[in-house]
Amino acid sequence: MQMIVTLRNVWKTYGRDVVLERLNLEVRTGEFITIVGASGCGKTTFLRMLLGEETPSRGELLLEGAPMPAEPGPDRGVVFQKYSVFPHLNALDNVLVAEEFGRARFTGRLFGGVRRRARAKALEMLEAVGLTHALKKYPHELSGGMQQRLAIAQALMKNPKILLLDEPFGALDPGIRGDMHALILDLWRRRRLTIFMVTHDLKEGFYLGTRLLVFDKVRHDPHAPNAYGANITYDIPVGRIEPGLFEEIRDQTGLPVAAEVVSRG
Amino acid sequence: MKRLINQHPPRTIGYLLGLLPFALLLLAYVAASAARLAENPDDPLLPSLGMMLETFWRLATEPSRRTGELVLWVDTAASLTRLALGVGISMLMGLVVGILAGLIPYAGRALSPLITAVAMIPPLAVLPILFITFGVGELAKVVLIVFGIAPFIIRDVQQRVEELPTEQLIKAQTLGASTWLVVVRVVLPQVFPRLLDATRLALGAAWLFLIASEAIAATEGLGYRIFLVRRFMDMATILPYVVWITLLAFLFDLLLRLANRWLFPWYGGRRR
Repeated sequence: MQMIVTLRNVWKTYGRDVVLERLNLEVRTGEFITIVGASGCGKTTFLRMLLGEETPSRGELLLEGAPMPAEPGPDRGVVFQKYSVFPHLNALDNVLVAEEFGRARFTGRLFGGVRRRARAKALEMLEAVGLTHALKKYPHELSGGMQQRLAIAQALMKNPKILLLDEPFGALDPGIRGDMHALILDLWRRRRLTIFMVTHDLKEGFYLGTRLLVFDKVRHDPHAPNAYGANITYDIPVGRIEPGLFEEIRDQTGLPVAAEVVSRG
Repeated sequence: MKRLINQHPPRTIGYLLGLLPFALLLLAYVAASAARLAENPDDPLLPSLGMMLETFWRLATEPSRRTGELVLWVDTAASLTRLALGVGISMLMGLVVGILAGLIPYAGRALSPLITAVAMIPPLAVLPILFITFGVGELAKVVLIVFGIAPFIIRDVQQRVEELPTEQLIKAQTLGASTWLVVVRVVLPQVFPRLLDATRLALGAAWLFLIASEAIAATEGLGYRIFLVRRFMDMATILPYVVWITLLAFLFDLLLRLANRWLFPWYGGRRR
């Protein structure tokens, strides 16, 4: 079966500093990959490589068997923790603009029947994330959770091959975060998305993902802290968790989480 | 008794406090003027309010005996045309060069040092060069204003573009936007309110350069007039002209501020 994302011995270095080393990974369509790790362990760098913002220093990074494009494009959607939506457009226009980028190469605006169809598609997407009541609101008038819903709707307009989420719920209140988890799981199931999500919340990683990757440094040189990079230390199909594994990962990465293991609802 | 830093005046008292310094200054002027005029009714240095009003009214409504023109309006039209041209061209340059330098890395590398260097040159120092190159006509005055304020506006726009979160630019690309569409739909609309803000700040300097160039070589204009009648110590013309110029400057500032609020309702909200 064709892998959607393949990494073969991928390294990322800046000068003599090694951030990531010897990454090998194969990801199938439909997987929900959650990525956890201590801060500075290269998980965001990894996401930026998938996005095309960074290129691997060594090794092969493939998207559907072809080299990953070296700049962001519509085949990879993204939601960041902040600044994901355009502050000068209201909710509807924020989603509609995705259609306009693709179809109006010069003016960036659609008119007439084409616009009506694009608008209908945008409205459908906003309904899917539960924002029908806030079409005319500007982002600064929306709560943090609603802004992230909007960002997700925007990203899904292009039907991306992979959806990248960079700590998308990290800044939200716990209650709101629960709603967002339900939303993203629902969208993932119904639209058969392939998701990579970086989180610093181990519990969230276990709860949402079908597969959990832990990024950590295996080798340490106390005299040159940047001489060795992080690697994938755990690659776990979530759902079959042995007792104690959660604590083990928590202790090794030092991630601050409640001690109970969460089973997927 | 609350600390001074915690005491806020009620609304009406606040307004009255704001008016108080103006009233005091006016009062002081009226008193000084009356004292001087009591000694010598022909003293030109501190004309009475009535004399100034009369002069202003004459300049605004009676055709000049020499040229048959309404002096105030001819001066105002000439000055505002120069100002509008100079400020308009500067805004356009600010948008185009500022966005290029702020968004396109190659253009930024090529243009930023030049913009910084040009911004360092004191504009009035190059005024003679402008008069020699462009003659003493309208062009040199407009160019002086552009020379004086365009670098500032360009740098402000460039900075604003550079401040746009990278996340937004990446997001636009993942939605399929080309460089051009990023400019048209993401950068331009977000930079425009900042352009109006920068223009507001630059207007003071624009007036300075306008009046300076008119003082040196012109045949009409607000700056020309006050420097012309200076020879006769005609304070009854100069003072109302200064008030008139201040009023115009205040109006343009207000207009730009209101335009920002009406046209870009999302702008203030985001800064708050």
